[in-house]
Amino acid sequence: MMPELGKYAGTVLSAYAISLVLLAAIVLLTLWQGRRMKRRLDAAERRRKNG
Amino acid sequence: MSLWEYANPKKFMATADAVLPWLTGLTAICLTVGLIWGFFFTPDDFRQGSTVKIIYLHVPAAMMAINAWVMMLVASLIWLIRRHHVSALAAKAAAPVGITFTLIALVTGAIWGQPMWGTWWEWDPRLTSFLILFLFYLGYIALWQAIESPDTAADLTAVLCLVGSVFAVLSRYAVNFWNQGLHQGASLSLDKEENVADVFFIPLLVAIAGFILLFLVLVLARTKTEIRARRLKAIELRERLA
Repeated sequence: MMPELGKYAGTVLSAYAISLVLLAAIVLLTLWQGRRMKRRLDAAERRRKNG
Repeated sequence: MSLWEYANPKKFMATADAVLPWLTGLTAICLTVGLIWGFFFTPDDFRQGSTVKIIYLHVPAAMMAINAWVMMLVASLIWLIRRHHVSALAAKAAAPVGITFTLIALVTGAIWGQPMWGTWWEWDPRLTSFLILFLFYLGYIALWQAIESPDTAADLTAVLCLVGSVFAVLSRYAVNFWNQGLHQGASLSLDKEENVADVFFIPLLVAIAGFILLFLVLVLARTKTEIRARRLKAIELRERLA
């Protein structure tokens, strides 16, 4: 299944590994910040409604 | 229906909530198909060998690094001219995504350059202008963090964005302005003769579509977070004053 990358295997695989890690990092950071902010805002809205 | 309706945070949130699931699905499909097709099912280049597979990350990331700044520029101009908060927050939301794409372009470029050019880095016009664009992204994000008043931060970052646009344009056209340097010309062109061969070109287009969609998804999601953060700040301020 793995393509024959020859003498550049390390080069190609490291480029893909670093890029995918960076893409995963920005996606996870976005999800984490979004959920955290929604929780904090919901709590603040509840406080406001309860007086 | 007017575009300015989306300047209303409630309307923006409702629209983003409606389109995000579809856009996310389409993004996953395009990225998966583009990267798997490019990595597993394309041949080696006769000169560059298997390193040509880096094109499916490097070119879309570099393209989106520049386009993200252009999007920030348009949003900043809307803020400066019409004072719509959502546009300022959308520009703020796009910066971390843009800097990630810039970093991917710089890193994959260095990794690709080492075996092809014999060096990780060269002070070539395109590479240098890209590094400066990366520094502008850092400065832009730092400026937002450094200023307490959101409106002042939006004003100053908008001005920084206007200045940085010079380097975004330079990054795009540096290879055309100056002939010296290691970086080759554009991989994509309206002139079919200048394009890479079809066998590489079609999966590259799919990967580019995936990166564009990923940018849209992340910016919409992050703008929603910024709108919520602004609302939270207003509530907390009212609580402190009460």
